[in-house]
Amino acid sequence: MQVQLRHLAHVRSGDKGNTALISVIAYSEPLFELLCEQLTPEAFKAHYRGAITGEVTRHRLDNIGALQFVCEGALGGGVSRSLAMDNFGKALCSAVLGFRVEVPERMRNALVNFQQPA
Amino acid sequence: MKTIRIGSGSAWMGDRVEPARWSAERGRLDYMCFETMAEVTISMAQVRKAEDPNAIGWDPYLDDRMEAVLPGCLKAGTRIVSNQGWVDPEGAADRIRWHLRRLGATGKKVAFVTGGVVTDRMDRCGPILETGADPTGFGEALLSAEAYLGARPIAQALAEGADIVVTGRCADPALFLGPMLHEFGWTDDDLDRLGAGAAIGHLMECAAQVTGGYFSDPGFKDVPEPWNLGFPIADVTEDGACVLGKLEGTGGGVTLASVKEQMLYEVHDPHAYATPDVVVDFSTAKLTQLNDGRVRIEGVSGKPRPERLKVSIGCREGYIGEDMFLYAGPGALDRAKLAKRILEERFRIVGLKADEVRIDFVGYNAVHGDATPADAPEPYEVAVRVAARTQTYAEAFKVGREVDGMAVSGVAMTGKRGGHRQRVREVVGVWSALIDRDAVAPEITILEV
Repeated sequence: MQVQLRHLAHVRSGDKGNTALISVIAYSEPLFELLCEQLTPEAFKAHYRGAITGEVTRHRLDNIGALQFVCEGALGGGVSRSLAMDNFGKALCSAVLGFRVEVPERMRNALVNFQQPA
Repeated sequence: MKTIRIGSGSAWMGDRVEPARWSAERGRLDYMCFETMAEVTISMAQVRKAEDPNAIGWDPYLDDRMEAVLPGCLKAGTRIVSNQGWVDPEGAADRIRWHLRRLGATGKKVAFVTGGVVTDRMDRCGPILETGADPTGFGEALLSAEAYLGARPIAQALAEGADIVVTGRCADPALFLGPMLHEFGWTDDDLDRLGAGAAIGHLMECAAQVTGGYFSDPGFKDVPEPWNLGFPIADVTEDGACVLGKLEGTGGGVTLASVKEQMLYEVHDPHAYATPDVVVDFSTAKLTQLNDGRVRIEGVSGKPRPERLKVSIGCREGYIGEDMFLYAGPGALDRAKLAKRILEERFRIVGLKADEVRIDFVGYNAVHGDATPADAPEPYEVAVRVAARTQTYAEAFKVGREVDGMAVSGVAMTGKRGGHRQRVREVVGVWSALIDRDAVAPEITILEV
């Protein structure tokens, strides 16, 4: 079944210059494996369409079950020169909560706050 | 094993003050550390100084913060490390001395650290990291360049007996690592302990962001009493491990999830997070949730510090003009789209010279931009927000003037917001470069109370 990422992971945004740093942290280890397989840097960048203009690099941290996405060219030239209202991109991470993950039916109980197929 | 207790006092200039007061009064802290600077902080302070020579060069909330925490810190013997000095650490230290005298304190020492401003040494910088450009090429536009200092000058000031250490630009984790270096005597070869200490500093420097702030998501991540968040408190042992908690009797919570989020916050490479004192490797960290609501952090490792120091460079880059107006009810988005078209045409008519123009619909696509799903539902209310970046003030001013025109020459049922802040602001662009360590000479001065 297809499930929104928000039932598998929590996220946080940070900024450095014109680069957005988006952390995707799995709620549990089996869910982390699904994210590692499906949330590739290419899939991540495609999900953000034109909002990320540069390269996306993915760092994997097995010790905390997290993926760190380094998104170049995502902050309108940088915090101070950006014309965006959210010039720090603090809310940018929430877009990936809507990423669709294919989850095996048997893992339904591992999902967080999940009532019905999305 | 020797343990010290460190509390956060602020995460940024605009942070709340009350939780710092509570920690000072009830936290039984050995140290309280204040982080108040953003990348543009110093350059914006230089802009204010250029406009008004009497403008203060330090954290404008210095008085509020010190009035809140000094009584508690004096009573508990808590020493303070703070980067509230901004462009004028001496002025900030002098102001803190004034507060101490007013409180009747005697025999106290306030140290300030200078030497990080390298505006006159751009030739010692490498190429601009973002563009590869010549660092000496900014000309008149250059406002300020500051090296990120490390924890050593802070530790030295503490060793010289400082009760309060005020700095300008330094790496945020260094504010917390300084006291650890001083208390535990870690050397530059103690890489894993330095890495662990810098990691603790990284977790603490955003204050409530590790205790339940910037974290609540109803139904997914619920936080107890999120209106009453306490600031973090770390009990650090000399082996570099720590137990991270928050002030008792406050809201929020330190959880594995909140610690993981903050661990990765603003980190480019979690395997190699560069600070002036050590390169931190978070991939070896081990986190354990304790029964008392705190989290134990151990196993962080470190690699040798970078050869050169990072420099933050601020320069004048023109202006941004911006304004906003409102639509609501059935058809709101269609009216907003027509308003956008009208503004685009009018900017052409008045010959707006802009480097970039952006018109968003707040409530629909202003936050996620191109990442907004194609099937996003139509909003009931929408604000049209327009912004342009220009070379001159006069051009930026045209943005608001054309929004004025939308009141009677625009679309039906246009709601106009009242101006709640200036419609034109100056842009201070931030760039970075690396500088030779021997071009930067931190100096410590001590004021006696």
